[in-house]
Amino acid sequence: MTAITETRAPRVPGGRYGLAQAARMEWIKLRSLRSTWWTLAVTAAGTIGIGVAVGLGTRSGSGDLTNNALAGVVPGLLLTGALGVLTMTGEYTSGTIRATLAAIPRRPLVLAAKAAVFGAVTLIVGEAASFIAFFADAATLRHGIAAPTLGQPGVLRAVVVTGAGFCVIGLLGLGLGAIIRHSAAAVGVLVAGVYVIAGVIGIVAHGAAAYMPLLIVENSLSTTKPVTCGTDSASCPHFLSAWAGLGVLGLYAVIALAVGGWLLARRDA
Amino acid sequence: MIEARDLTKRYGPTVAVDALSFDVRPGSVTGFLGPNGSGKSTTMRLILGLDRPDAGQARVGGHRYRELRWPLREVGALLEARAFHPGRSARSHLAALAASNAIPRARVDEVLDMVGLASAAGRRAGKFSLGMGQRLGVAAALLGDPAVLILDEPVNGLDPEGVRWIRNLLKSLAAQGRTVFVSSHLISEMALTAERLVVIGRGRLLADTTVAELSAGSASLEDAFFRLTSDAVEYQGNTAKEATS
Repeated sequence: MTAITETRAPRVPGGRYGLAQAARMEWIKLRSLRSTWWTLAVTAAGTIGIGVAVGLGTRSGSGDLTNNALAGVVPGLLLTGALGVLTMTGEYTSGTIRATLAAIPRRPLVLAAKAAVFGAVTLIVGEAASFIAFFADAATLRHGIAAPTLGQPGVLRAVVVTGAGFCVIGLLGLGLGAIIRHSAAAVGVLVAGVYVIAGVIGIVAHGAAAYMPLLIVENSLSTTKPVTCGTDSASCPHFLSAWAGLGVLGLYAVIALAVGGWLLARRDA
Repeated sequence: MIEARDLTKRYGPTVAVDALSFDVRPGSVTGFLGPNGSGKSTTMRLILGLDRPDAGQARVGGHRYRELRWPLREVGALLEARAFHPGRSARSHLAALAASNAIPRARVDEVLDMVGLASAAGRRAGKFSLGMGQRLGVAAALLGDPAVLILDEPVNGLDPEGVRWIRNLLKSLAAQGRTVFVSSHLISEMALTAERLVVIGRGRLLADTTVAELSAGSASLEDAFFRLTSDAVEYQGNTAKEATS
């Protein structure tokens, strides 16, 4: 036994795996699934398509035209969030999670790498979709309506912050996926949390409404000027500014990822 | 070298693994036998750090799995036949694992060739048969050229050629001085493949011995196994009842 054992030279290199290796693994996993690209393509196409439709349908130049041009982010975000969920839960459904955690036993590192890679991809796609939707809308406005330009106050900010919203909601989905681990349940919680509960609270409790994800996206991120509810200002919540809105959404995502990472490290895989 | 010391794992009121201690040494194939539900898979998951033991610990090459610097280069594992995403190709699955432990990309095609999947490497793994999935799992285990291999039921779903291939592969890996720990409920297969045996029942160690020693007092290894595990079988068919009903 010993004679044979000694013929095996140790070939394990120095150092240790870290975030770079984990991120490389997650990038290969993300890009090697066709569903990733389909979902991102449909997200971008939907966002841009709605921007064009809004542009064609705009009859007066009085409202916040930038906000209108970015109306497509609301359904687009749902897809990005769902993709974030599936990036995590897909590993549990298929059993890949065991292979992943055997390769990278420091589990919070796995989630950090996923968040970095998925966050970067959705940021790029989100910014592209947001800018293209803005320009497509501007190009399709009818004669006589002055199209907004990026040089006008708040316009560039609205477009950039809206693009970042894709990334943040995607990361929120990823965190929920890590917490809940079942695809359907996690997508359900995401939709309920972002869309349904936000709507209910928006009606019932005006104080909290400004902090609901969907209302932040609609009324904080993509606006160039503070939203007012016309004549009936008493029933109108005091909405967050664009950056504060992005910060609150980011906080939700960070909380979901932190809880997800903590559970991932604690639970049996 | 794998060392299990007082490994204990409970799921609610059920004790899946009960103060289990054994060593698996390099240079020979060690079979891991036990009836269904005896805790073989749980033990392997505890060794790999996938489940957290309630007491005791397992070490691989002197380290706890979570402390390993390049886990896949030190331990290769096959835990279940389909631990891969059905939408991903075999090559991408292995490339992702290789990247996680800085294993050269060329090694992916090498192991694909080794397990006979070179021609199917670009296909979505969801279309694979059980046997092909098993081969992909073996490829993943071999990826880092590890000194320790842990394989849970590797011959499941393999055709006779595949069974013989696994048998010879495991023997040659052990002959190279590696530690090979392989679970099975196919006793006849273990009789052909393994030199040493760890037998458990209801999560407890029943024997830590050699194939030769265990089968010495019985007509076959199978008879010896049944005698050893007669008190530790959880799920048993009843032929007498079937015959009378």
